[in-house]
Amino acid sequence: MQTVSQHISSIQQPVAETNTTAVNADFEVRSLDTMCVNESHKVHPWWYNFKYMIVGAVFGIVFVKAEVISWFRIQEMFRLQSFHMYGIIGSAVIVGMISVWLIKKFNIKTMYGEKIEFHPKKFNKGQIYGGLLFGLGWAMTGACPGPLFAQIGTGAFVVIVVLLSAIAGTWTYGYFREKLPH
Amino acid sequence: MEFLKQPWPWYVAGPIIGLIVPALLILGNKHFGISANLRHACAACFPANVKFFKYDWKKEAWNFFFVGGIFVGAIIASQLLANPEPVKVNPKLVAEIGSYGINDYSSMVPKQIFSLESLFTLRGVILLIGGGFLVGFGSRYAGGCTSGHSIMGLSDLQWPSLVATVMFMAGGFLMANLILPFIMKL
Repeated sequence: MQTVSQHISSIQQPVAETNTTAVNADFEVRSLDTMCVNESHKVHPWWYNFKYMIVGAVFGIVFVKAEVISWFRIQEMFRLQSFHMYGIIGSAVIVGMISVWLIKKFNIKTMYGEKIEFHPKKFNKGQIYGGLLFGLGWAMTGACPGPLFAQIGTGAFVVIVVLLSAIAGTWTYGYFREKLPH
Repeated sequence: MEFLKQPWPWYVAGPIIGLIVPALLILGNKHFGISANLRHACAACFPANVKFFKYDWKKEAWNFFFVGGIFVGAIIASQLLANPEPVKVNPKLVAEIGSYGINDYSSMVPKQIFSLESLFTLRGVILLIGGGFLVGFGSRYAGGCTSGHSIMGLSDLQWPSLVATVMFMAGGFLMANLILPFIMKL
């Protein structure tokens, strides 16, 4: 019996080590070319995620009601024919800036008492080349990634094709990432 | 209710969108960003041994719930709070895109481009499939989209996000004013 348990522990040892390295590499891979990393170290049951769905629903309602997801509104914006979209993005950024400043200044914690973390973003040429390519696509589809989901929700089902194409674009980027200038 | 059904002005919509930043941070240390979902979808469905997609996407499942919420919110808004009037835009835009044969304002997207039939035309393929591809490729190459860079990144005063935002706008201006007129005539 003892030999068996010794045997098991000798198998488990290396497995445990690979797990730790995998976790560390995970953050490394995950934080490549991304603004949005999950900073939480808490482990919660999956249904805790429903609160993000509620925030998303508020976002989706605003998207439709303020016509942010309208192809026509995006065309107006890029032709400087309306202040509407500039007002939305501008006031959103100001409210976001004040919020982040308050969180940092008063060291506000998450509702679970965790410290809210921020990581400075490194500049790379991708923000220039990728940004330009994204802008071209934005004016063609009249949607950035968020509005794609909302457009489908309003019944424009052909946008599913646009979304799948965007996923294909992301995949293609991941595949050629090492060869692209950064 | 009638008030809610009208199109919402920018000074109502903008601040609510801005408040999503602290809401996600306080609810669970989550940074606002949507294009990351496209990457999680790749990581979950076809990682194909590409290093960029080999990470624990399940940890980011919250973001799928978030976009699921956007989808649900759009259904609620379009079913219960729908504005019966067509989108009102600048008459100059109406004249310009009218000259390309686009005059259906009944939906958020022009039905003459965003339809199944259109997918079988060169114009539709370029705008829908080509445009979608650029959105997905470009946002990941830039490290984020309008939510991650222009809202979350600028809120955190990250200058690389300002660079990205300027390039998003540059690309949009270039496409809308110089390239789109040729595509629309196809």
